[in-house]
Amino acid sequence: MLNLVNKSPFERLAMESCLRVAPKGSAIVFLEDGVYAVTKGTAAAAKIQAAAEGSAIYVLGPDLDARGVDRERVMDGVTEIDYGGFVDLVVEHGTPQSWL
Amino acid sequence: MSEEVVFDTEGVRKNFMFLNRKAPYGTIYALEILEMILISAAFEQNTTVAFMDDGVYQIKKGQNTKALGMKNFSPMYGVVEMEKEDAEEDEDVEMVWRIVVEQESMEARGLSPEDLVLDVEVLPAAEFGALMAQQDVILGG
Amino acid sequence: MAYEVEGKTIEHDEEGYITNISEWTEPLAGIIAKDEGIDMTDEHWEVVNFLRDYYNEYQIAPAVRVLVKAIKKKFGAEKGNNKYLYELFPYGPAKQACKIAGLPKPTGCV
Repeated sequence: MLNLVNKSPFERLAMESCLRVAPKGSAIVFLEDGVYAVTKGTAAAAKIQAAAEGSAIYVLGPDLDARGVDRERVMDGVTEIDYGGFVDLVVEHGTPQSWL
Repeated sequence: MSEEVVFDTEGVRKNFMFLNRKAPYGTIYALEILEMILISAAFEQNTTVAFMDDGVYQIKKGQNTKALGMKNFSPMYGVVEMEKEDAEEDEDVEMVWRIVVEQESMEARGLSPEDLVLDVEVLPAAEFGALMAQQDVILGG
Repeated sequence: MAYEVEGKTIEHDEEGYITNISEWTEPLAGIIAKDEGIDMTDEHWEVVNFLRDYYNEYQIAPAVRVLVKAIKKKFGAEKGNNKYLYELFPYGPAKQACKIAGLPKPTGCV
């Protein structure tokens, strides 16, 4: 199942809720303000790391660029995608669940 | 040589989940989703009404909105329970209704099933997530 | 727009549903019914009172399919069917009976 998280984990529970219920083998895309969740050294890092063991974690590149997040600040095990890659994921997994 | 085109819509039954994640009066989500559930009940689909995060507060007992001048819509969930009972009693229709609450969200808010206006199945996060993965359509937040 | 009943003015919307449901009285129901071309019988009152009880409990007016099912549960199959209810309220049992009962228009009712 494809999950979208577009809120900062420091403002909302969207990431936490998503990671809590998403079964192993899920795909999780961080976009918009959600991209802060996959940067190194934050209070959310341990949760992302644990999730990356069972699920595929993606981040939308244009949203990293917009927020000035250098690629070396993105956590290992997170796959960067562009809009085309995003569309491919939707085609592969079907309608996503948006954790608003 | 014309062949009659038959649209067979009888018996198309999908799994719909209505996912409630917002508290009742601060935003319009809760009421909108509830109205969506009541309207779509006419289409006789497999329906799961699910509560997690602050959505659990929607079905907290004892709501009183008089001083707010807003409608207390928590009694409307009684219709959801009625739809569920009808689905169970109706032998002509193979349809399943479930009302589920994610255990971790409920407990994090200091609530237990006795605090809720609905008779719910309490599911741990993993089971709740597995149920989400079985849905054809998830509506809500 | 308003109904006049027993010297009181009771506001309604452009479709005739009263604005404040706490202003409903039985004489008012009679007046709304007359406007709808309905002569209230015991059978009509049974449905109208049922709707008011339903609304008190659930805070919502039932859609017609829900009404039919609920009436069937309470009064039996000879009353819980579309034909019986449409004979009493030809323009739609949920819509017309709700108006007479002083309730808002049912959700999902066009």
